[in-house]
Amino acid sequence: MLVEIRDQAFEPFAEVKGFQDNIAQQGQYGATAIFIGTMRDFNEGDEVSEMLLEHYPGMTEKYLQGISRQAEQRWPLAESLIIHRVGKVYPNEPIVVVAVWSAHRGAAYEANRYLMEELKARAPFWKKESLQEGDRWVERNTSGH
Amino acid sequence: MSIQVRFFASLREQLGQGGCEIPAAQAATVQEVWEVATQGQALPQNILSALNMEYVALDHPVADGDEVAYFPPVTGG
Repeated sequence: MLVEIRDQAFEPFAEVKGFQDNIAQQGQYGATAIFIGTMRDFNEGDEVSEMLLEHYPGMTEKYLQGISRQAEQRWPLAESLIIHRVGKVYPNEPIVVVAVWSAHRGAAYEANRYLMEELKARAPFWKKESLQEGDRWVERNTSGH
Repeated sequence: MSIQVRFFASLREQLGQGGCEIPAAQAATVQEVWEVATQGQALPQNILSALNMEYVALDHPVADGDEVAYFPPVTGG
């Protein structure tokens, strides 16, 4: 289980591969579910040129570690990885990667979905978008279901 | 003998401060910490609160050395 907050751009596929290469239980996982969230250049009908991602240092990590532990208790997971950006983010840059390894796809898909939905609903991050008319805070996340 | 108070995101901008310190004796609950820290401003309905980096309800008790945070709905991911 690894949770990281990054203030620099990262390459999610390389991160997932690097992490997977170091999983102790090689040969034990048959399913890897990966979710990558990437910044769009539009939101609610407006062009977005950049975004500032704020978080609550300490609480964010604690919350993400908590949901990772809950996922491990609920599903038979070999490993999980969450990396999330903060700071200035530009369109096309990855914001988040959630990856889960398990013996079978059912647990991998479900645990990945669980982690992502809990992150969106409760992890203390906030987005401020830069538009042509100025900046605006994103007010809420929509449900992914 | 104090409580650390923190505000985040749009709430921080509205209040014009990232946080403050209040005497522990002045507040017994998360709600009362808000009232002391903002000089009696009304707490917006959608604001979330955390005590020592865990979500709590407004009626949760507080103690000396605690960190209490207030913030708007989260928008990560």
